Amino acid sequence: MSKGTLYDKVWENHKVTELPTGQDQLFVGLHLIHEVTSPQAFGMLEERDLDVAFPKLTHATVDHIVPTADQSRPYKEDAAEEMMAELEQNVRDAGIDFSDPTTGDQGIVHVIGPEQGITQPGKTIVCGDSHTSTHGAFGALAFGIGTSQIRDVLATGTVAMEKQKVRKIEITGELQEGVEAKDIILEIIRRLGTEGGVGYVYEYAGEAIENLDMEGRMSICNMSIEGGARAGYVNPDETTYEWLEQTDYFQENPEKFDELKPYWESIRSDDDAEYDDVVTIDGSSLEPVVTWGTTPGQGIGITDPIPSPEELPEEKQDTARRAQEHMRVEPGETMEGYDIDVAFLGSCTNARLPDLRRAARIVKGRQVDDDVRAMVVPGSQRVQRKAKEEGLKDIFEEAGFEWRNAGCSMCLGMNEDQLEGDEACASSSNRNFIGRQGSKDGRTVLMNPRMVAAAAITGEVSDVRDLKEVNLA
Amino acid sequence: MSDEVEIPEVNYVSGTGVPIRGNDIDTDQIIPARFMKVVTFDGLGEFAFFDVRFDDEDNQKDHPMNEEQFQDASVMVVNNNFGCGSSREHAPQALMRWGIDALIGEGFAEIFAGNCLALGIPTVTADSETIQELQDWVDENPAGEIDIDVEAETVTYGDNEIDVTVDDAQRKALVEGVWDTTALMKSNAGAVRDKARELPYVEDAAIPDAE
Repeated sequence: MSKGTLYDKVWENHKVTELPTGQDQLFVGLHLIHEVTSPQAFGMLEERDLDVAFPKLTHATVDHIVPTADQSRPYKEDAAEEMMAELEQNVRDAGIDFSDPTTGDQGIVHVIGPEQGITQPGKTIVCGDSHTSTHGAFGALAFGIGTSQIRDVLATGTVAMEKQKVRKIEITGELQEGVEAKDIILEIIRRLGTEGGVGYVYEYAGEAIENLDMEGRMSICNMSIEGGARAGYVNPDETTYEWLEQTDYFQENPEKFDELKPYWESIRSDDDAEYDDVVTIDGSSLEPVVTWGTTPGQGIGITDPIPSPEELPEEKQDTARRAQEHMRVEPGETMEGYDIDVAFLGSCTNARLPDLRRAARIVKGRQVDDDVRAMVVPGSQRVQRKAKEEGLKDIFEEAGFEWRNAGCSMCLGMNEDQLEGDEACASSSNRNFIGRQGSKDGRTVLMNPRMVAAAAITGEVSDVRDLKEVNLA
Repeated sequence: MSDEVEIPEVNYVSGTGVPIRGNDIDTDQIIPARFMKVVTFDGLGEFAFFDVRFDDEDNQKDHPMNEEQFQDASVMVVNNNFGCGSSREHAPQALMRWGIDALIGEGFAEIFAGNCLALGIPTVTADSETIQELQDWVDENPAGEIDIDVEAETVTYGDNEIDVTVDDAQRKALVEGVWDTTALMKSNAGAVRDKARELPYVEDAAIPDAE
């Protein structure tokens, strides 16, 4: 059993009691809700005649179904309008803050929590969305829950959980030029497997992690779940505190910053903390990673050959064979040169300001390939605004990208942004599952945002290190 | 008071099986996102595994859940990392509404298993060889009864009895009928408020008065 880790401390701080099942009842410090997984939970509350216990610790936004082109109400699609209206009604009745599109604060739930400063170290954060692990970048204990658990949290302010083991993943060394946080997490999942983290929480540590900005840490924690780990975190440090200080909450309540900092320091993993498992990866040996298959674990370095199913562990072979058939790739080849039809720069993994900045440096002065439709979907209205102020919008539009409004968009194809037929998509998102981007014949290649920019320009999966960057200033 | 929701004990599940083969079957396969544009879970059953069961013209494809012999199945037998991906409870809701009362597999994604538990659906595990033998048996004996004893952690089919694993908390929750945790946790409301007061980041104004 782990001892003295951030996970142990935050768990202990939030434990209300042990339940008869042996699970612990954990207090929830922040409950984020959105339009897809919460309406049924509010329905259950109503059936049981229960109220929302802690409305002021609950925050709502709309992201999954929101159109990214025409956002005038009512939404064109009836189902989307119905879900939005339902959420509006629920938050109004319960007195829950709602970052709706009219506030200028709307966006993907895992982008807006950090932006507003309500994501903080040492909090327990839950949301009916598996990428809630993102908030772990701040040293929060954050995980996705299902709708019945949303009902629990709404009704009681708590959640029933079993304590997990802790695996420390240490990324040593300095990253090479062109290698990003996304490449680190894709490599972790490739090595440890999509199921390797089941039963574990991941603590990301080491020089390469400490050197990342907060957005990079968020990209890594975001995809913990793709490796099977329900939660992942980075110990808070000066990088975290500097970021927090600039957020709304601490700008409005500067005294809180000094008041809370000792708590944040206290929940860091101890130097002599004990872990259930430790994995070390040499970060300096990584290159940009792309996926060749239909699970996020099926990744390779951009110059590496696609593995033949026979060289993989037996339990992975069947999945690999089916994936290669779907993706139409051959073992022995690299992914470089794989034709793409769509470039999607967006999602809770990689649609924050630094992601767009890095991609813009590749795009500037170049043109999107004639056969590619390329879109940028900023993670939030704030990202969208700031990117416009910095001139990024113009760079993308001049190159031939569509510039959209904030939302989950083509990451999961719940709005009108979807792949068609067997289109191949270079995507900065997190899942390459068959059908994920809205077409069951669609083909998704996951990669970092600069690699998406490169693919948009060349029309094929490319090594971004071969494209000269343009200085934006 | 509707706080007192009747929560049945789930000691045994019996029924015929349906084998769904493959590792890493994700929740996008179990219920594609386009069917989640609904504000209730009613009616999700017919969309379970939709894209692997039907072609573009809604014609049936080759899939166990389309086969006549498996139409009454209530025990799904799956391989490893079943239910990976999204946290959507729509996935187990769709399976439950199709008719599934229990799953036996090599391994389940954590959020998926938690969502099943919240619906009173056991997710019991065994090693890959045992699972493959059971899947083969189900193919040969589609009308054969499978009995899951949750407390004893055994599965009986044909002349076989196999040991399976049921996670401790899941077993207790099912057997003692405490898998719906809302009322149970609500009964600790006083302690929850005390905990809120202890935490440095929770503002007093966010803590409601006792009911």
